Amino acid sequence: MYRFTKTVVALLLATSSTMALAQAAYTNIGRPATAKEIAAWDIDVRPDFKGLPPGSGTVAKGMAVWEGKCASCHGTFGESNEVFTPIVGGTTKEDIKTGHVAALSNNKQPQRTTIMKVPTVSTLWDYINRAMPWTAPKSLTTEEVYAVTAYILNMAEILPDDFTLSDKNIAEVQQLMPNRNGMTRNHGMWDIKGKPDVKSVACMKDCKVSTDLRSTLPEPSRNAHGNIQLQNRTFGEVRGVDTTKPASTKPISAISAEQKLAMAAPTKPAAPAKADGLALAKQYACVACHGVSSKLIGPGFNEIAAKYKGDANASAALTGKIKNGSNGAWGPIPMPAQAHVKDEDIKTLVGWILDGAK
Amino acid sequence: MTKDAIKAGRLLRAPENFLDPVVAQEITANGLSEERRGFLRKSFLAASAAMASGVTFAQGGAIGDGDPNILNLPEHSTTLGQAVATNGYGVPSKYETNLLRRESPGLTRVSAASVSFAPLQGLFGIITPSGLHFERHHQGWHDIDPSKHRFMINGLVKNPKVYTMDDLMRLPSVSRMHFIECGANTAMEWGNVAVPTVQYSHGMLSCCEFTGVPLSVLLEDCGYDKKNGKFILAEGADGSSMTRTISMDRALDDVIVAWGMNGEMLRPENGYPLRLVVPGVQGVSWVKWLRRIEVGDKEYGTKDEAIHYIDSMPDGMYRQYTSIQECKSVITTPSAGQMLLDKGFYNITGLAWSGRGKIKRVDVSVDGGRNWRTARLEGPVNTKCLTRFNINWVWDGSPVVLQSRAIDETGYVQPKINELRAVRGTRSIYHNNAIQSWKVSESGEVSNVQVY
Repeated sequence: MYRFTKTVVALLLATSSTMALAQAAYTNIGRPATAKEIAAWDIDVRPDFKGLPPGSGTVAKGMAVWEGKCASCHGTFGESNEVFTPIVGGTTKEDIKTGHVAALSNNKQPQRTTIMKVPTVSTLWDYINRAMPWTAPKSLTTEEVYAVTAYILNMAEILPDDFTLSDKNIAEVQQLMPNRNGMTRNHGMWDIKGKPDVKSVACMKDCKVSTDLRSTLPEPSRNAHGNIQLQNRTFGEVRGVDTTKPASTKPISAISAEQKLAMAAPTKPAAPAKADGLALAKQYACVACHGVSSKLIGPGFNEIAAKYKGDANASAALTGKIKNGSNGAWGPIPMPAQAHVKDEDIKTLVGWILDGAK
Repeated sequence: MTKDAIKAGRLLRAPENFLDPVVAQEITANGLSEERRGFLRKSFLAASAAMASGVTFAQGGAIGDGDPNILNLPEHSTTLGQAVATNGYGVPSKYETNLLRRESPGLTRVSAASVSFAPLQGLFGIITPSGLHFERHHQGWHDIDPSKHRFMINGLVKNPKVYTMDDLMRLPSVSRMHFIECGANTAMEWGNVAVPTVQYSHGMLSCCEFTGVPLSVLLEDCGYDKKNGKFILAEGADGSSMTRTISMDRALDDVIVAWGMNGEMLRPENGYPLRLVVPGVQGVSWVKWLRRIEVGDKEYGTKDEAIHYIDSMPDGMYRQYTSIQECKSVITTPSAGQMLLDKGFYNITGLAWSGRGKIKRVDVSVDGGRNWRTARLEGPVNTKCLTRFNINWVWDGSPVVLQSRAIDETGYVQPKINELRAVRGTRSIYHNNAIQSWKVSESGEVSNVQVY
């Protein structure tokens, strides 16, 4: 009886645990997606153009959209390397014929552009549609996406000036992509059971290696990430190296007790800079166009501080520029009005900028 | 300062030891003001003179009566401490201000599409604290209201469905520890040494316990097409609506639609309230702020599969859909940018991982790869998870080069950088899993080098 019960219980347990895993119906969980919901979110476009909405756009229209919404980051000709890597450049008529970008193997082009790499027009269409422009993704109309895609391919000298790109001809256009034959799936890094391309051997004793250091950290890189001393604990097994000073060449046995103590001393990290202004600059995405200490699309905050140093009207002038936008002060690209920034935050931002943006 | 003696143990004591305990306490509590700095300098010089008269760093017997930190009871031993729940959400000690995730200057130009690296040089064990998990965003991060977050499955399914967080969190969940590594981790080191510390060379790596529902459960719930459903597309809800193709094999194996991370909800920077966990596969496929899974019969050729995250080969071809993070390891302490303060015993410690399974063995060399010893693996040794290794080492003060080499359960041996380059050249950017070398110079300073 006991044995019987035990068996039944075991069977029941086995059944119930199997059921728990394999149960098909999770009742009352989730609901059917409506057709409109799917249409709102299912925006992906595949290389076979499944998912591409019907429509068209001209190169001319694309140029207008580009200059208004894209050029500030990507440059008037898609060549800008200031904010993102260049979109066009590095491809030839011959590449369009072969579908292989020669510069990828001869390395004549120092920097690889989008058009040198991308094999599929669908990828451009899909990404522009879902993620561009940078600060207002998904705001382009279907026509604008066709048009901008056409204009990029025109800048890359793939499509003529009078071209209209549409769902009808996009597959043919894809057959002109300079790197359309440049992709390979011949590797073992997609399938988890794929065969590795590099086979090393775990030698344990008297293994063959060079006695030289093949590469060392270039001296300018030593302190390029800030003082490493302040990026390590001040106690424990090791300390961070003070990279504001040159590396010591003295052997450890020749380093005096005094110096060792100095190295071991906990260094109080510098008090964090007043971050209010910076936090706001990040919150309002000012830093998308302005570097704190370098020019991006607009001037660096440090450059603005330097320009207005000693100017009694600086505060009012900058407040006006943030509120109403500004044109021509630093270059050809205008700064749009930032109507969404609260007055009190503008005050903090301006104070922070004029204070040197630290 | 003082007749009180200094006990310099294996680790050197801070200069506070040379101070009057009252001053020392004050510094401990309030940090160093300029005035105190001046005072400290003077005291320190005096102390140094005393030191020179015979303290040995390695062992150091007590001088005089003993360590003032012991002899003079500190404030925390003689006063009432703070109440419970003083911090409703606990924060690190005020002394732990140096280990932060940091950007690498010059790597990217737009901080909303950038990377912050985890400070591996000071982390212990295998779990990355949630606040130090590396970040990679493609169009900035948002803090999404979970009550308004929706998750949809559509495409080749019988029943396209929408789930709320309430729905998902009622389903049978799993909790699993997995590493996540960006495909571009160690990218800057393909050609030559470029960055000063392990944070920047290997810090696009983290490991957490993730909790969520297996994607297979959800795919079954929607009745996915078992014949034609060969791939899924995962899509995020951020501005870039990040998309990546994942094979159905992977999707049904161990992929999780996760909300939990290290026992609490995901952090916003890591995809709150929902992200995909794709064990063993590069981080870009772990789509954050996950809003949709589409089942399809073909790959999607998305931006991060056709322009980025493609591996450039010497013949001019790009490898597309490289996903698996192959076996790799790195010594985290001692590592570049750190220094040893004395000769003697050290624990060499580091991390090993493989996207193809468990770590089987880690070997460590202290002579630039000529001779190797097998390290101790700390448990648990989980599949597609970081594994911590340790090995004893006595430094004799001579210059040495430290290396670690991991072997996973498939028998794959972590390669040397020249072995990788022989096949893939130097412009691959992605998937550099080479053996890392750290040089310990005679001065005790550790730096990033390449030796092979």
